[in-house]
Amino acid sequence: MIKVRSLAKKIGQQEILCGVDLEVRSGETLAIIGRSGGGKSVLLKHLVGLMEPDTGEIWIQGQNIIGMNERQLRAIRQKVGILFQGGALFDSMTVEDNIAFPLREAGERDPKVLQSKVSEMLEVMEMEGEEDKMPESLSGGMKKRVGLARAIIRRPSCVLYDEPTAGLDPVVADSINRLIRRLQQRFGMTSVVVTHDMKSAFDVADWIAYLHEGRVYFHGTATELQQSTDPLIQDFLLGRSDGRDD
Amino acid sequence: MVRFFNALGTPLLSFFQYLGEVVMLAADTFRSIFTHKLRWKLFLNQVVEVGLLSQLVVIITGAFTGAVFSAQTFFQFNKLGMGSAVGAVVSVSLCRELAPVLTALMVAGRVGAAMSAEIGTMKVTEQIDALRALAVYPVDYLVVPRALAMMVSMPLLVAECIAVGIAAGYLVAIFMLDINGTYYMANMVRWTRSRDIIMGLSKAFCFGILIVFISCQKGLTTREGAVGVGRATTEAVVNASLAVLICNFFLTMMFNIIYPAGYQ
Repeated sequence: MIKVRSLAKKIGQQEILCGVDLEVRSGETLAIIGRSGGGKSVLLKHLVGLMEPDTGEIWIQGQNIIGMNERQLRAIRQKVGILFQGGALFDSMTVEDNIAFPLREAGERDPKVLQSKVSEMLEVMEMEGEEDKMPESLSGGMKKRVGLARAIIRRPSCVLYDEPTAGLDPVVADSINRLIRRLQQRFGMTSVVVTHDMKSAFDVADWIAYLHEGRVYFHGTATELQQSTDPLIQDFLLGRSDGRDD
Repeated sequence: MVRFFNALGTPLLSFFQYLGEVVMLAADTFRSIFTHKLRWKLFLNQVVEVGLLSQLVVIITGAFTGAVFSAQTFFQFNKLGMGSAVGAVVSVSLCRELAPVLTALMVAGRVGAAMSAEIGTMKVTEQIDALRALAVYPVDYLVVPRALAMMVSMPLLVAECIAVGIAAGYLVAIFMLDINGTYYMANMVRWTRSRDIIMGLSKAFCFGILIVFISCQKGLTTREGAVGVGRATTEAVVNASLAVLICNFFLTMMFNIIYPAGYQ
């Protein structure tokens, strides 16, 4: 489904990604973990063409998206949904209009169809009855749910999650994790989850990639990660600081 | 010497890069207008925002500009016994220069700032990335409706400004300066040609294009959160106002070749 080859990106003088190689197979979930500022979100944005790399290749369902212009990327973006860290809801629209937005843009005008699909999404998100609210009156967790509903309403074959549980309390974070798992089971979607929440990674992922200094330092299953004796990985898993940042 | 050229070259390069970005945005928008479907609802919303909600500002600007220009012209012309020529001077000046420029400056302040701030806020809150991720090209969705609304609204706003300015000038001339209304009207109609009105409306169209692309470009390239939005908004208003004033000179010279002033 997704293949990344030798991806490199420099922002200003800082090398964010220096040769990332990754592969995500259809129907599987990959969690990308790593320290803050390690380039996880930058990598995710590359996967949907929101950023352009300096070098490297990104293949989505057999198509290399590097070098495509915005209009050519449309077809790819219809196959790949993304949940932004803060939800990125359109603040001038209600919850209903936000969720229905991709359908309207795809030419769906029938109010009954729109309403039934929005209701179905709100049910999946456990947010029935919140259609008329504006984004400003939603909590962080609710914003992420609405953002997720908007991302998946057109049933993309892959969903990218940027820090889906960041800034949420453990209970709400767990409900988001359950939601991600439910979407995998119900719609069979391929998922890439960027997170530094280890519980979230262990809960949802089939595979985990640890990004360190712009490269994939570890790639394996959750069990393999937990059993790793690598001091860098152990430090990350146990939340141990080596004092270098002091 | 090298330092001098460096100091001169860097801002010059930035300026040309900025100019290039505005031109590219305009080219992209016009391409989109002719090749993609128009979002009518967004277009009509923008017509309301740009045209309808600017009415009060434009009416007040036109009325007081016409009134003060009528009074000032009378004070000077009356010494020469040419008080009845005030109507013609006010009318031609409003059509050719005052109404297009002042309306454009007011619209740049009111609408240009709003466009830049709105798009800039969308940029820093990832809403524009969300649009792109949802397979919607931001130029199609955000810039095209605004550009078309501006192209439609600006000439109408300027026409309104001219009409209100002429009416206010007439009222001041007749009721406060005791000018003979018949001579005032006769001179005004005699010296104001359709080409003066065409020139004013053409300028309005050009100024509308300048304001919308400068403001949208600033919004689309906003960075650094709330501070960035503030900076983009200020720069949009300043740049659009300067562009209007500078282009006005060149448009005046160009239109004067096509429609010479005072030509009978």
